[in-house]
Amino acid sequence: MFLGKVLGNVVATIKNKNLDGTKLMLIRQTDVHGTLTGKPQIAVDTVDAGEGDTVILMKEGGSARKLLKRAGAPVNLVIVGVVDTVDLGGWTQVAK
Amino acid sequence: MILGRVVGNVVSTGKWKTLEGWKILIVDQVDESLSAIGNRFIALDTIGAGNGEIVMVIESREATIPFEDPNTPTDMAVVGIIERINCGGDHIEIM
Repeated sequence: MFLGKVLGNVVATIKNKNLDGTKLMLIRQTDVHGTLTGKPQIAVDTVDAGEGDTVILMKEGGSARKLLKRAGAPVNLVIVGVVDTVDLGGWTQVAK
Repeated sequence: MILGRVVGNVVSTGKWKTLEGWKILIVDQVDESLSAIGNRFIALDTIGAGNGEIVMVIESREATIPFEDPNTPTDMAVVGIIERINCGGDHIEIM
């Protein structure tokens, strides 16, 4: 799992039928300080995250499919939490 | 999953049997403003994407999920056509 920032969302009408009804967000991996480090990726949102939120992401297909309760969903990246604060050895940062 | 732009396709006659019948696309990875960010790869098309379209691509083991045959040798599959990106107040409509 890793931390990321939600850049926005993407809309796709034509897609794999097992993705119907999913909320697709554009995210980038960040370090614990909130600095963007990775390239943009698409994640399925399960916790109602919004643009600008710092989130916890899980990159593992098997767990993702169980979480979504869809055996045939081609998904490998899921937003599983919205971060409120990050504490690191006495240093605290409030996300958002 | 990643965002990409279809820039071409590949024709291959002699290939693994389970790859027969699938279109093979050349896809550039793009960022939220649709600029190419360096990675170019080959992906199997599962939804009928065409040249120039912005697509959603699934990587790694999960790329085989859309295929009936679980032994399809692929680690990149196009699973969605993106028509709009809402990002930082910008709304990018893709025709």
